[in-house]
Amino acid sequence: MNTQIRRLGLALLVCFTALFAQLNYIQVFRAEPLNERPGNTRKVVESFSRPRGTIETADGVVLARSVASDDQFRFQREFPEGELFGHVTGHYNFNFGSTGLEAAYDSALAGQTPEIDLATVSDLFVDREQVGNLAITIRKDVQETARAALGDRPGSVVAVDPKTGAVLAFWSFPSYDPDALSAHGDSADDARAMLEASPANPLLPKMYRETFFPGSTFKVVTASVGVETGRVRPDQPVYPVLPAFDIDFTADELDNFGGDPCGGSLFDVLKVSCNSSFASMGAETIGPAAMVAGAERFGFNDRPPIDLPAPAASRFPTDFPDNQGNGPLARASIGQGNVSSTPLQMALVAAAVANQGTIMAPHLMDRITDDQGEVVKTYEPRRWTDAISPETAAVIRQGMIGVVEDGTATRLAIPGVEVGGKTGTAQLGTDPPRSHAWIIGFAGPPGDARVAVAVMVEGQPGASEQTGGRVAAPIAKAVMEKVLQTQGGG
Amino acid sequence: MIERLRRNSELSLILVGAAITAGAYTLASLGRTASIPADIGPFLGIIVGLFLFAHLVVRRLAPGADGMLLPLAGLLNGIGYVFIARLDESLAGLQATWTAVGIAAFVGTLLFVRRTRNLERYRYTFLLVGIVLLMLPLVPGVGQVIKGARIWVSVGPVNFQPGEFAKIALALFFASYLVEKRELLSLASWPRFRPALPDPKHLGPVLVAWGISLVVMTAEKDLGSSLLFFALFMVMLWVATARAGYLAVGTLLFAAGAFFSWSTFSHVQDRVANWLNPWADPDGGGFQIIQGWYALAYGGIAGTGISLGTPDRIPESQNDFIFAAIGEELGLLGATAVLVTFILMIGAGLGVATRSEGAFDKLLATGLTALLGIQTFIIIAGVTRLLPLTGVTLPFVSYGGSSLVANYVLLALLMRISDENHRRERDKEAVAHKAGAMA
Repeated sequence: MNTQIRRLGLALLVCFTALFAQLNYIQVFRAEPLNERPGNTRKVVESFSRPRGTIETADGVVLARSVASDDQFRFQREFPEGELFGHVTGHYNFNFGSTGLEAAYDSALAGQTPEIDLATVSDLFVDREQVGNLAITIRKDVQETARAALGDRPGSVVAVDPKTGAVLAFWSFPSYDPDALSAHGDSADDARAMLEASPANPLLPKMYRETFFPGSTFKVVTASVGVETGRVRPDQPVYPVLPAFDIDFTADELDNFGGDPCGGSLFDVLKVSCNSSFASMGAETIGPAAMVAGAERFGFNDRPPIDLPAPAASRFPTDFPDNQGNGPLARASIGQGNVSSTPLQMALVAAAVANQGTIMAPHLMDRITDDQGEVVKTYEPRRWTDAISPETAAVIRQGMIGVVEDGTATRLAIPGVEVGGKTGTAQLGTDPPRSHAWIIGFAGPPGDARVAVAVMVEGQPGASEQTGGRVAAPIAKAVMEKVLQTQGGG
Repeated sequence: MIERLRRNSELSLILVGAAITAGAYTLASLGRTASIPADIGPFLGIIVGLFLFAHLVVRRLAPGADGMLLPLAGLLNGIGYVFIARLDESLAGLQATWTAVGIAAFVGTLLFVRRTRNLERYRYTFLLVGIVLLMLPLVPGVGQVIKGARIWVSVGPVNFQPGEFAKIALALFFASYLVEKRELLSLASWPRFRPALPDPKHLGPVLVAWGISLVVMTAEKDLGSSLLFFALFMVMLWVATARAGYLAVGTLLFAAGAFFSWSTFSHVQDRVANWLNPWADPDGGGFQIIQGWYALAYGGIAGTGISLGTPDRIPESQNDFIFAAIGEELGLLGATAVLVTFILMIGAGLGVATRSEGAFDKLLATGLTALLGIQTFIIIAGVTRLLPLTGVTLPFVSYGGSSLVANYVLLALLMRISDENHRRERDKEAVAHKAGAMA
């Protein structure tokens, strides 16, 4: 029997060797493909279960942090400032992913960029759990000013530093509390369903992901293209005083606000935001090809290179068929028709004028530090697009300062500071009339603008050119004042 | 001399096993809460206490028994406990209690079974006990269907799987029966023209075993136990008779039975389909196997570390799939260590068998070791998709009272046989010595 027993032992040994071989197959040879399979959530859970660094404002207020939790994810993401920075930080949820800075700086926060992960030689050998902390360019007090100034009207407030592209205020109402959406478990799904069901769409960061008719603020682009192409100068052409612009093939004319006749040279028509003159400037003085090229140099039809996920591209039509006459281009030249823009894009238009024609890439990241507080990465400002020449920018800057001095944007004036602006009232064609109230502007010591803004308040009652100046200008003024105050420039 | 040597090595190996278990327990706590478990002192005290008690009993009742079996079982039990506690804290206390009951059963077996030969006399009692235990789950009122298998018996608050004990009773019966009939069964007289097997009339027991396994497979839907019983019987028959023809016939019979049940029962078809291609239904039938693979793959070579993986998402991870949990958190290295531990136990068990002199002892030791080895192979092969998944427990490691207690009884029987071997050799030596002295 011992022969059989030995053979049995041999057979079992063969069986166990087969098990060992199969284990090698699964755990070594097939491990990578198995880990990468779409249905396999282990890697996702792993990255979701890592500690993450904090997100802090420029004035050191913690916007997001990870605290230990005793469920399978080990860490719970918290957003102490709630909705104030909801659209900026975004949320962090295992089931429906992350948004905002949480998504854009995911690997940095998780400490998985080469700069953080391989900070020392020993890190090559040890898989320490490191995190990166993100400091952003926005101050909490500026953001609060934007929120308070806008109040509970749906709209957006964007402020940038024209010289660096640093975002200084980034607010859109309604916002949401990312805490509720980052909870582990079903409560987050419920909160998300509620927010998604809301017609006001609080989950959408409208300041950079929704486009609107820019209305008359777009006239800054039209004027810039006119001057840049050399077809418009401060003294000529002098546009005739007309109550409306005559559109081809239709009796429907492009009226001035209230049907008031207006006209004149560049600065005059900018001050009163004369529709008939700018329609003529775009459609007749400049023409389609130059208008399209000029608008695209401002960044239209392109996504701004902001360090947030999926920014929307602002649109300027590229095709103006002859058989449609002058109507489409005339409308587009005054920010109606098929032009649409994010509030961020319009803030960048103001920034271009304030920064000698160059638009810097907008960004929120200021620096990333490791757990010891060592800076591992600092944002290097870079240009996005040269919209216009410095000479053109100087002309348009003068024009916009005039609009604040004695035009439609007088409410934007800040004593002792050079302020330029342009209002906009994008009529929605509703009855009773409602419109988006816009303003863009810049402010700072003379010739040295420190802040550029765009404010857009959605669906305000009224449709006069005063609406933008009345509704939006005080908000923009409050934010610009706050920025200048925090910079110590007064 | 040898006795003391064996017992002392047993003691030191038990302490090593306890240290490994306590270390794993500490790591599990560190992984979970980043702190050393508050109860590490009492924990270490209890495991050392339990196995020290078993060790002292062995010193007294079976001083010449193999010194590796108990420490190896203790190590597997300890690793299993750490993983069960890590996967489901509510089961930790129960598993600890069952370990204590298992040790008590181990001690009780050594105490009551002083000579294995005594067991030989009760062969038909064991047959009856085995069959009754096997059929118990089918009795209305006490039988329970849990997770699709009718293998549970509920008496009052206690649920247990009588099949776990039936396998030992049947091993005892097979051993004594085959010892008696092996002469007859090993005579080849059929077919006439080329005798390869004994007269078909002697094949009765093979058919009985086949029948039992078929009943288990069909009525209780317990494919794993069915395979285990049949394999056990065929191995013992082959070892007893040295006729490989039985293996061939048995394999054919099993294949026929398996094909029959595959074509008749949908749950068998599901098992086979999920084995051949689990990806076809990754969220349904294939879910468990796929999750097991994911866990193993994620563990890689070195594993995630205890408490640092997510094996809790594998269904039955504390039970049938505990090997996948170990593979994830201890990696290929840890899983291989577990395999090696089983191989060492099997080696020790078969060593006991080869050193046995009596045919009954030899056959019983072979059968008990084969049970351990085959059961381990069936479940690990199922988890790793080498074979279709059939739910049996991983001996000493999986959660479950019946399995643990039954395996400690099995262990005690092996050690009893081992002790007898030693005693006999010692007596022989003494006689030879005396004879030498007289000459």
